[in-house]
Amino acid sequence: MQPNDLERIARQIRLRDLQAVVAAGAGHIGGEMSAIDILTALYFRVLRLDPQAPKDPNRDRFVLSKGHVALALYITLAKRGFLPEEEIATFLQPHSRLNGHPNCNKVPGVETNTGPLGHGLPVAVGMAKAAQLTGAAYHTYVMTGDGEMQEGSNWEAIASAAQFGLSNLTLIIDHNRFQQGAALKDTNNLAPFRSKLEAFGWEVTEIDGNAMAEIVPALEHRAARPHCIVAHTNKGHGISFMQDTVDWHHKVPNAEQFQIALAELSETL
Amino acid sequence: MNAQTPSPKLHDCRDAFVAVLERLAAENPRIVTVVNDSVGSSKLGGFKSKWPERLVNVGIAEQAMVGVGAGLANGGLMPFVCGAACFLTGRSLEQVKADIAYSNANVKLIGISSGMAYGELGPTHHSIEDFAWTRVLPNLPVIAPCDSVETAAAVEWAAAYDGPVFLRLSRVGVPDLLPQGHRFELGKANLLRDGDAVTLIANGTLTHRMMKAADLLAAEGIEARVLNMATVRPIDAEAIVAAARDTGAILTAEEHSVYGGLGSAIAEVVVDRAPVPMKLLGVPGIFAPTGSAEFLLDEFGMSPAAVAESAKALIARKH
Ligand SMILES: Cc1ncc(C[n+]2csc(CCOP(=O)(O)OP(=O)(O)O)c2C)c(N)n1
Ligand SMILES: [Mg+2]
Repeated sequence: MQPNDLERIARQIRLRDLQAVVAAGAGHIGGEMSAIDILTALYFRVLRLDPQAPKDPNRDRFVLSKGHVALALYITLAKRGFLPEEEIATFLQPHSRLNGHPNCNKVPGVETNTGPLGHGLPVAVGMAKAAQLTGAAYHTYVMTGDGEMQEGSNWEAIASAAQFGLSNLTLIIDHNRFQQGAALKDTNNLAPFRSKLEAFGWEVTEIDGNAMAEIVPALEHRAARPHCIVAHTNKGHGISFMQDTVDWHHKVPNAEQFQIALAELSETL
Repeated sequence: MNAQTPSPKLHDCRDAFVAVLERLAAENPRIVTVVNDSVGSSKLGGFKSKWPERLVNVGIAEQAMVGVGAGLANGGLMPFVCGAACFLTGRSLEQVKADIAYSNANVKLIGISSGMAYGELGPTHHSIEDFAWTRVLPNLPVIAPCDSVETAAAVEWAAAYDGPVFLRLSRVGVPDLLPQGHRFELGKANLLRDGDAVTLIANGTLTHRMMKAADLLAAEGIEARVLNMATVRPIDAEAIVAAARDTGAILTAEEHSVYGGLGSAIAEVVVDRAPVPMKLLGVPGIFAPTGSAEFLLDEFGMSPAAVAESAKALIARKH
């Protein structure tokens, strides 16, 4: 699929995400909007996956470590055929399998359960190490939040990945510059990420993580070492009033804000 | 003494926590708070604006948060380490064990939104293992207040106590049950209602459900004793033994796994000192399905009506 088609799909996912957040009265809309372009590129172009065989041992692996944006993953998986699109309407409903954080035992296409931050990367290192040990050809991708990178477990895994020489591993940091209660720089500023990852022996690519033309080649790039994509994104991307404010980590748009957001997202469809 | 029927106004106990904390912090400059990007969820916005330099935000890094708390205590401060109970205990359990309990550091661990308060966010965010994890640790009192009055009293007590404390709070609204001016006593249950047919024991968000269950039982002529047992460690063995002797059956309910929590702590006393039939209600050893805390408590047989039914079945088993 070409960047133009991917952009169209990403806009549809954004729209569905907005609607589902408002319908459920909950969700993490800011971090969903920042990540959707990358999720789209992964699922509609990069990952070698078969929705009919979600457990195919040779499938590429994707771990959504920032599990709080589960809704964006559910919508992407549904669009890609892993679950019925109508099921999105059950998000957060009693007994729905679409919980606030993804459950791999219930939702096809989810690789491991996330929600507590700082878990996905160590698990992804294990997945990549398994491929190295068994000779499997799959590639492992993992996406973390930038605030999430404050968890020490990530840095333990980063050191291990370099030590193991995991050239089959790509870490995508969704660098939207905000965490839950404040900007990254006002909390525990890890930026710039590049020098830190390079110091650990990783190859680093920096991209505009909301620009399909930059996302696709970065994801398809194969390095000789573990590869980190520092994706510069906007929290709330696509909805003007959400961008560059701390307010939209998990706030739900009111009726008026919903109409504005709907209009903005529909305009570009 | 039979407490009055619960008033319908519901309180978020975090409000009582921060009100007392801010009052104490105004008098005691050694009080500091430590958070993991959890200023909002801990309701510490007011504290932060009053004393920005006394709020230590380590970022999303719970293990460091608890370790930093221990270090601050070593430096003569009194840290209140506040974070979602699931991460504060689960993620940092070894720090809680080694840096806080074993080192006997004067750190107040405040677990926010415990139990299933995070509802639809799912089992990763439910904190229904924390009694089990913390009550095995020496030196660490484990306390789950039942209302805003008891929360305020427990915070006041914790600040006066020289040693580590784990205070388990919810965000789910509860009615006030204890009288205004109530003073917290560690390891002392509160008799909320007396009776001789069975004893219902709970803490946290379950105590008011027990009171409602007792009302339902009374309507059928069954008088239940109701004990609020906020302190899980050290457990009030005397109140438990008296309940067993006086009523011959004990039913417990908690917003926690049925394994290893309040009911288990009570059962340990009962089997040892006063064996009587017991029924333990809680999350039945599964990862909960999607749903709100209130929905899940009902789902797991802890609606007042279901508790009353369990109590009747238990009474039928009395020797
Ligand atoms: C271990 C852990 N601590 C705290 C939280 C609560 N929490 C959920 S999302 C979030 C902020 C995440 O910020 P970031 O990683 O930058 O995500 P994004 O901006 O992409 O939403 C926090 C603190 C959590 N889920 N897990
Ligand atoms: Mg972020």
